[in-house]
Amino acid sequence: MGMAVKILTRSLNAFHLSGSACNNCDIEVLDALTPRYDLERFGITLVGSVRQADLLLLCGAFNRKSAERLRRVYHEAPKPVVVAAVGSCACSGCIFRHSYNWEEPVDSYIPVDVYIPGCPPKPEAMIAAIVKTIAKLRGG
Amino acid sequence: MTYPGILIQALVFPGLAFSAAAGLFLSWVDRKVTARVQMRQGPPLLQPFYDVAKYFVKETCIPSGATPAVFWAAPLVGLAGATTASTMIGGSLLDPSRGYVGDLIVVIYLLVLPSLAVILGAFSSGNPLASLGGSREMKLLLAYELPFVLALAVPILNAGSIRLGDLAVTVTVARPSGVLALLVALICIQGKLGLVPFDLPEAESELTGGALIEYSGAPMGIFRLTRTMLLYVLPLFLVSAFCGPAAAGGALRGLICLVLLVVSVTLIRNTAPRLRIDQAVKFFWGPVSVVALAALALQAGGW
Repeated sequence: MGMAVKILTRSLNAFHLSGSACNNCDIEVLDALTPRYDLERFGITLVGSVRQADLLLLCGAFNRKSAERLRRVYHEAPKPVVVAAVGSCACSGCIFRHSYNWEEPVDSYIPVDVYIPGCPPKPEAMIAAIVKTIAKLRGG
Repeated sequence: MTYPGILIQALVFPGLAFSAAAGLFLSWVDRKVTARVQMRQGPPLLQPFYDVAKYFVKETCIPSGATPAVFWAAPLVGLAGATTASTMIGGSLLDPSRGYVGDLIVVIYLLVLPSLAVILGAFSSGNPLASLGGSREMKLLLAYELPFVLALAVPILNAGSIRLGDLAVTVTVARPSGVLALLVALICIQGKLGLVPFDLPEAESELTGGALIEYSGAPMGIFRLTRTMLLYVLPLFLVSAFCGPAAAGGALRGLICLVLLVVSVTLIRNTAPRLRIDQAVKFFWGPVSVVALAALALQAGGW
């Protein structure tokens, strides 16, 4: 495990990107950041600007309009960046996959590292996913 | 003094390396106290170090609308200001007879540099939200400098000198005027540090990071490091101006004052909501300046 990976995984700045989500996943993302789960223990904090992000949390079924913005935001993030699809909509399109404005799942627009299914996923599920991602990055 | 000696002082002790380490530790204290206020566990001891170091292993994005030279120079200017100020303040505490007449005024100017760097960086990044943050930082700077200098006039009058070393051996905080002036200065460093209730240049809810919105990678890391150093340098400056830490047997009092100041800053930021920019300017130019003037009048009256 390199020093850079160690430093990076000890201090993940999360950036929350909501693409036409129904808001349930957004609320669960905020729940995961509340004192009850206290993610700052592991160095995970929420940032306002994508330029300082190490972890993109994507919520919702990205449609024709928001997919363009998704691509742009992904290219604005300084690499390396971990992308997590939060919720069934971000993972597969879920009930919106036959909608008129839905084209493709998120991972056909940008590379996704971890999928967190659920409608909405529990904060515990998100924490488990991030822990697994960190272990994978560290080569464990 | 020889040039290598000056370099070691500026880069190792009491300058860059030492004040960065002290700042990282105090920033951990700040975050841990915050966590305890919110009934959380809080981050581990090395978390502030990882947070700063992380930016140096990440990619640096320079926005296409930015002016690259200023974009890169701004954080360095801020870091240089904080480093020089910490070297001068620390040096005058180690040996109060050193320094020159007027070095206090130089330090006051040097402590403006980090805010100036944020303004420069914000405007050079070419982002409208960053410009808003930069202009707020500028107004805030104009607002808190007046009461800050007025408050510092109290220990200057008390010691009868504008040399850091003379202030460092005079205990001003034992007088009523000194207590008032220290309170005013504490509120002013809250603004200088850009913490709640004066975090409006960075306003996460409406400016999403504000002045530093376009910064990433190494320049962002330098800004973070400067901010972290200021958490040590600004309280240390107040301690050396008000608490007489270099007087005989004053080292322990100075240390206690330093920790108390940092914890007060943390508690203020955890219990206050953010002010609007007009409220902040009115607050500094109104009540805070009046209290500073009252402290000055008390001092002139011999209290």
